[in-house]
Amino acid sequence: MNILVCIKQVPNTQEISIDPETNTLIREGVESIVNPYDGYALEAAARLKDKNKDIRICALCMGPPQAEAALRECLSTSADVAYLASDKFFAGSDSLATSYILSEAIKKIESLEGIKFDMIFCGKQAIDGDTAQVGPQIAECLDYPQITYGLTCEVKDGELHVLKETEDGKEILAVNFPCVVTFTKPNFEPRLASAKRKFAAKKMEIQRIGVADLNGIDRAKIGLKGSPTQVRKTYVPQVKKGGTVFRDGPPGEAAAKLAKLLVDNTVVKDIE
Amino acid sequence: MAYNQVTTEIIAMMEKVVPGRVVVGNDVNPDYSRDEMPIYGTRMPAVSIDVLTTEEVSQIMKICYEHSIPVTTRGAGTGLVGGAVPVLGGVVLCTARMTKIISWDLEQFGVVVQPGVLIQDLKGAALQHGLSYPPDPGQKLGTIGGNVSTNAGGMRAIKYGTTKDYVRGMTVVLSDGEILDIGANVAKTSMGYNLTQLFTGSEGTLGIITELKLKLIKAPKFDVSVIAPFEDLDTALRCVPGIFTNTFRPTAVEFFEREILLLSEKFVGKEVWPKEVEGKQVQAYLLLIFDGDSMDEIEPHTERITDFLLEAGAMDVMIVDTPGQKKEIWDVRSAFLDCIFETHKLFDENDVVVPINRIAEFVQFFSKEADKYDFDITYLGHAGDGNLHIFGVSDDMEEAEFKRQIHLWMVAMYDRAKEMGGELTGEHGIGYGKIPYFEKYVGPRNIELHKGIKRVFDPKLILNPGKVCFRLEDLVNS
Repeated sequence: MNILVCIKQVPNTQEISIDPETNTLIREGVESIVNPYDGYALEAAARLKDKNKDIRICALCMGPPQAEAALRECLSTSADVAYLASDKFFAGSDSLATSYILSEAIKKIESLEGIKFDMIFCGKQAIDGDTAQVGPQIAECLDYPQITYGLTCEVKDGELHVLKETEDGKEILAVNFPCVVTFTKPNFEPRLASAKRKFAAKKMEIQRIGVADLNGIDRAKIGLKGSPTQVRKTYVPQVKKGGTVFRDGPPGEAAAKLAKLLVDNTVVKDIE
Repeated sequence: MAYNQVTTEIIAMMEKVVPGRVVVGNDVNPDYSRDEMPIYGTRMPAVSIDVLTTEEVSQIMKICYEHSIPVTTRGAGTGLVGGAVPVLGGVVLCTARMTKIISWDLEQFGVVVQPGVLIQDLKGAALQHGLSYPPDPGQKLGTIGGNVSTNAGGMRAIKYGTTKDYVRGMTVVLSDGEILDIGANVAKTSMGYNLTQLFTGSEGTLGIITELKLKLIKAPKFDVSVIAPFEDLDTALRCVPGIFTNTFRPTAVEFFEREILLLSEKFVGKEVWPKEVEGKQVQAYLLLIFDGDSMDEIEPHTERITDFLLEAGAMDVMIVDTPGQKKEIWDVRSAFLDCIFETHKLFDENDVVVPINRIAEFVQFFSKEADKYDFDITYLGHAGDGNLHIFGVSDDMEEAEFKRQIHLWMVAMYDRAKEMGGELTGEHGIGYGKIPYFEKYVGPRNIELHKGIKRVFDPKLILNPGKVCFRLEDLVNS
């Protein structure tokens, strides 16, 4: 079986700087990491591979040339092969244009490798843009069924069984192949990179996919100009300070005061 | 010694020096009666004062000296040998509110601080200047005054040394209240006895440190953690000497076993460490740190150490170099001590040091010894310098019986450590709890020298009485 995991390189910071001209992220001077949710998607793939050695994992990233570092990180832990979709015509793409480019890149990789991907895994969202749109949009572009907010998954009776988070708890959904699954944070962390793999990953070739490689891509639907989303204004939210601290009296009394405050302000209905 | 009680007249005199800060009787913060190791006993002082300046300490000491009042100085109270417990009552002087970083000397890599600055704050402030205060004790919420007073060590000692290597000088208040500046502000000195080093590790028994001149280094820009899981502890520990003979130059080499890791992961609610490699259970871990000014400088070391560790029997080697992963794995490692303290009713500890090529042998020895007793044991250590942290723990034993059995176990361990050419304590000090073992370890002549030095600085024996060399019973019976 073949799994493709979409990953994004994101700045490792809470306070993201925005270019006021283009309203896009300024990446210079900020440490870059693999989007943590994509890390969980990759780990979900790796756990399937732990059980079935025949599974092949392909990592795909769209981004500037330096995003190669993020792909090497994936190769260090569990990806077998990696592709970087990078082209100046891709720059400034919104989530719709990105999903379109990624879905075209996926088709290209399938033809290059002579395979069909059974599963496309993504993080539920990137910690910089926070839209949570790319995974579901890839599913739409490819016309695949999708499951969002996955925690863990297993291949069972020719289907993929996904334990997913819901507002009320968890549920298991089964889906046919090929499918798209987006993952959220489970109660474990992705595996650490084995040193041998890490050193090998440094030397591995990462294949580039540019706009010229994507036959039939509609250039009017990609890049900043091809993106229907127009960012009019962005700002860093103010951190709320203050609040009330109950310092006096025993802990039980403080808890009771807090409970009353929550109920009085209808934050919660009732506290027993 | 003839000590006096703190009378209302004395309190009134103190009140004139530090108005509003003389806390008496039941109003004293109960934290001031103990440190982190309550098994060695607790006692409330008659009076506590949060001091703010050298001058205040001097004035208070003049009063205490004149009236022969015992004075115990404390910082954050994170000690582990009962060092900050005012065993004779009297006055507790707390320097934890002396938190000023007074000045930086960026050209000579120096900083002058008050003793209450926390280790984490000192490290953080130094980093803002591109500098590093390298000593790295596990407890970052301890004060620099306390760290200097116990010559705290930590896991980076193999590359950077311990606290003593970063103390250039200090201001101390002597027992009679006189203020003394000692040490040098320059790289070299050959002026008489090295009083700075004498005060370092003196646990508040010779004088009260009110200001410190510290040495810093240029902060390494990058660091990488290397994890090596093993099928058994013995194999893990046996490769430690080779790490040094092959000059891999790690900053830290830590070891611990599966059990404490699982406990700690549960305690902090994170599952990040590898527990299984290719279907086999991991039983023991080595955790190494490498640092340097560039990844190009570090990588050759990590590549070579990977080959070495795999050759020496490691099940795998993992390189952790992303900030998020480093934080995750170290959060779990850093919680070991809290985890032991929080999950057991009774605990006692020692921090013996043995030669690094005999750690495995020593672990086997004390584990076998512990089989004779009813308590459980848990341990971890700085494999790179042979400094171990060995705990006896129990949830169901009576305290008196626990103490009796622990004592026998400790005696056996200290005897064996001495035979091996080790040390009784690597970084915690003697305090109150370890005096009997210290006496046995170093012998009567050495103890007499300690007592002689103590009398020169503190003729009335009022400074942190009952610690390091004079036993409590020596003081109250004489």
